[in-house]
Amino acid sequence: MIRAENLTKYYGNIRAVEDLTMEVPDGTILGFLGPNGAGKTTTMRMLTGYTTPTRGRALIEGIDIQREPLKAKRLIGYLPEVPPLYPELKVSSFLDFVAEVKGLRGKKKKEEIDRVISQAGLEKVAHRRIRNLSKGYRQRVGIAQAILAEPRVLILDEPTIGLDPKEILEIRSLIKSLGGQRTVILSTHILQEVTSICDSIAIINEGRLIEFGKIKEVEEKYGSTSLEEVYISAISRGGEA
Amino acid sequence: MRNTWAIMKKELKIYFSSPTAYIVISLFLLLAGFMYYVIISNFSLLSLRAGNNPYFSSHLSLNQSVYIPFFSNAAVVLLLLLPILTMRLFAEEKRQRTEELLFTLPLTNTQIILGKYLAAVTVLLLMIVATTPYVFYPFTIAKPELAPVLTGYLGLFLLGSSFISFGLFASSLTENQIVAAVFSFAILLLLWLIYWLTYVTSFMGDFLKFISFFGHFDNLTKGVIDTADIAYYISFTLVGLFLTYAVLEVKRWWR
Repeated sequence: MIRAENLTKYYGNIRAVEDLTMEVPDGTILGFLGPNGAGKTTTMRMLTGYTTPTRGRALIEGIDIQREPLKAKRLIGYLPEVPPLYPELKVSSFLDFVAEVKGLRGKKKKEEIDRVISQAGLEKVAHRRIRNLSKGYRQRVGIAQAILAEPRVLILDEPTIGLDPKEILEIRSLIKSLGGQRTVILSTHILQEVTSICDSIAIINEGRLIEFGKIKEVEEKYGSTSLEEVYISAISRGGEA
Repeated sequence: MRNTWAIMKKELKIYFSSPTAYIVISLFLLLAGFMYYVIISNFSLLSLRAGNNPYFSSHLSLNQSVYIPFFSNAAVVLLLLLPILTMRLFAEEKRQRTEELLFTLPLTNTQIILGKYLAAVTVLLLMIVATTPYVFYPFTIAKPELAPVLTGYLGLFLLGSSFISFGLFASSLTENQIVAAVFSFAILLLLWLIYWLTYVTSFMGDFLKFISFFGHFDNLTKGVIDTADIAYYISFTLVGLFLTYAVLEVKRWWR
């Protein structure tokens, strides 16, 4: 379960996120939508403990990420907007580093690394240096490190960006297969992605949460079956509010 | 502890899969070897001439004329090269945006700092250990005193570790590696030479001498182990690491 309570972030006088409260129950795959600059990335960074909120708190499985960062961070797999990769390292050594920090050792570590390499389709490049990989492969390495050690909570900032259509389908089915057991938040601009893999949505505009709930319920509220229409009218309404 | 080890391993892998470590180590060996060659050649010329003069030759000492100048020169080379080794440690994490991973993994700032520090110290150890074959070679043909050579090495190690801890701090301040290197080089040089002020002013003379690297290193090359000197280097290192910690904590609020 992920809980945000009155999360607020100001950069000087600039408001990035204001008073965002939501609760994402276990097993949910939540699509996080909003225009560029609406505060999606800042929200995700506050949930993962990278950014310190100006006000409010983020709870991962009930643990406050600012108060007990180590305990909470052990439960999170995070793919930031730019995949955080060390270009000098080989894919296998990079995953080895992340696995060790996530507390895996010995045989268990090796099995986990093999698992994410095959789930993210990295077999062919496992022993290549990250600097020599294509954009799609880099994105997949980013996803692989996020799902290492089977975290209870996955936070993915635009996970399918830069992938080709086939890769997109593969990653979508991977994310979908992770749901049910895990809580996933993923941000995206592709609405079709949300309808195909998410069961809930959150729409954010100008730092405020304007819609949150099961996709069907939100669609009913707007009297529309097209998520596109819902999104556009939510954003324009949110702008006036 | 294990996390510190994981960070250290990662940093060492990056050092040795990019040109950085190789360049720093080989340039150090080139410069230190060149200096050693000139110093010892000069010494052998002197001892040839001194052969006719028993008084002069009894005053010739390998320790005085070779090892002390060698260690002082090697220390200057460390001052030049270690900022190159440390400049990427935090600056590059920021520039490559990998700090977003580093600071969301279950790691403490202390583990991150110590891991990076120890990785650079490992490279430093390799650098100075690699000079031992030629530095100890004269022991096979003559009888210099061993203790000042060992303390000289201890001095190089302590001095280098202090440079690294300051370099780490400089790197935490910026995402530009060049800025980090130039900043740490300039400040370390200033701290080295700050005792010059005692020539022109008596104001805080003892204090200035105390904070300068220079005097503390001198004692060690002479074979004198003074706890004040050891304490100086250890405190300098701790201050550097603590400042780095403070920067990471403050930056947490700006992200």
